[in-house]
Amino acid sequence: MTELNTLGLAEARDLLRKGETTSVGLTEACLNAIENAGALNAFVHKTPEIAMERAQAADARIKAGDAPSMCGLPVGIKDLFCTKGVESQAASAILEGFKPEYESTVSQKLADAGAVMLGKLNMDEFAMGSSNETSTYGNVVNPWRRGNDDAPLTPGGSSGGSASAVAADLCLAATGTDTGGSIRQPAAFTGITGIKPTYGRCSRWGIIAFASSLDQAGPMTKSVRDAAIMLEAMCGHDPKDSTSADLAVPDFEVMLTGDIKGKKIGIPKEYRMEGMPAEIEQLWADGTEMLKAAGAEIVDISLPHTKYALPAYYVIAPAEASSNLARYDGVRYGHRAQLSQGDGITEMYEKTRAEGFGHEVQRRVMIGTYVLSAGFYDAYYNRARRVRTLIKKDFEDVFAQGIDAILTPATPSAAFGLGEMTDADPVQMYLNDVFTVTVNLAGLPGISVPAGLDKQGLPLGLQLIGRPWEEGDLLNTAYALESAAGFVAKAGKWW
Amino acid sequence: MSIDQSTAAKVAKLARIKVEDDALPALASEFNTILGFIEQLNEVDVDGVEPMVSVTPMRLKRREDVVTDGNQQDKVLANAPDAREGFFAVPKVVE
Repeated sequence: MTELNTLGLAEARDLLRKGETTSVGLTEACLNAIENAGALNAFVHKTPEIAMERAQAADARIKAGDAPSMCGLPVGIKDLFCTKGVESQAASAILEGFKPEYESTVSQKLADAGAVMLGKLNMDEFAMGSSNETSTYGNVVNPWRRGNDDAPLTPGGSSGGSASAVAADLCLAATGTDTGGSIRQPAAFTGITGIKPTYGRCSRWGIIAFASSLDQAGPMTKSVRDAAIMLEAMCGHDPKDSTSADLAVPDFEVMLTGDIKGKKIGIPKEYRMEGMPAEIEQLWADGTEMLKAAGAEIVDISLPHTKYALPAYYVIAPAEASSNLARYDGVRYGHRAQLSQGDGITEMYEKTRAEGFGHEVQRRVMIGTYVLSAGFYDAYYNRARRVRTLIKKDFEDVFAQGIDAILTPATPSAAFGLGEMTDADPVQMYLNDVFTVTVNLAGLPGISVPAGLDKQGLPLGLQLIGRPWEEGDLLNTAYALESAAGFVAKAGKWW
Repeated sequence: MSIDQSTAAKVAKLARIKVEDDALPALASEFNTILGFIEQLNEVDVDGVEPMVSVTPMRLKRREDVVTDGNQQDKVLANAPDAREGFFAVPKVVE
């Protein structure tokens, strides 16, 4: 018999409905897997009592024939989501001990859909990072290794705990958030599926803010079908987020027909980066062939401003972060520094923020402060926002030509070793998001699908980018790609 | 554009983050690396292009201007490092 924690959402749901397993059984299997996976450092606040309580309630609902879409399915929640009465600290020391008095809309929607919360997942501090090395809880370790080499690898970031936990079967699925690639890059590094929906699909209310015009929540799952199920439960209009879209949420799962005949798939020439590993290039070509064989029409396209997406992002995201993170002042929640005799309120702010924020967060807050400061606002911030308009127009132009989806690599490499980038300058780390960040700037939906292994045995992902609000169609194209790629590899258990 | 140590110190001050003097040279150097990367944006012709305000063209919703919650002082103060007599306590601000 398959161990219950290794199931995906759809399989577990079907077994539950048939009465062949119970939510309590699934939840116990996951809690047990979590207990034995300390080496991955994925779960940082465990909530077994909440989990068992919700699992029992779910079993009762299933028995009564009143089961909502995710009834009884155990999931992990990224630490960025505020969860009532449970530590929520965005992996930052500045929110040490913070227990929200309220629940984020997305985690509430999941609870309403019957999902069982197992605990909170590690991440980069305030979601700022691409390797999960900036967390106050320490690094997350990728369950995948290079062949027989036991050097620990990054699961990617910032949703690294979510990625590692799903890939290692500690939960059936997890929530992530994506500001520049933080769902799609770790999904690719760990051989799982991750979708960032259109900006406005998921409410941001109760998600600790990084860059508000870019942040979106999304599911990280073991299959495209699971992504469809969980995304539907997570999204929908919320009056508490003024940017949340008042649009009907379709049934994404029934849209998974696998039929993509006649769909136009764009291949953007600007994503063919200098120095891109041959294996990534090959994977991309293979993915293109798979979609073609499934009946799609392949079209070469151009997104001319691609090169400027990362520099624009590294103005806009830090600018918004410097404003959002101004609230951490040692007054209302979290850490406050010990003050010396004669220290006033300014010293309290400065010492609190120096002690509470890690290095990368401090750097980004200060860059943001600089680009917004008097005399530089126009030259940096306004220019970046103009470039962002052009980047979005690039996509609008190709969609106007009839392109249905765009295929690109998800990342410029496979997972790298923890610590390998320590001596690199910050820009080298930022390059991890080169294929994903355009999608956030344009507000589009993007999905990463595992598509192959490199010669060291590490997973590689492909990204599909869709039209705004057409997640259903995008998921269907991803489903066709997933079926053709037939990726079934799992990390060998060493932890 | 190059950032010197005094500019780095000024930025740290504006951001209300204490940076020790001996850490300023490294900080200024990191800023220069990042700003050097950002300078690429100067290659783009942005004449006549509007700065993006909202990525999705939607009109913000309006609601009645009425009280929607309140009376939760305990909850508001529950996570404060120093709360006294129903207030947030901070070091003396007014002499």
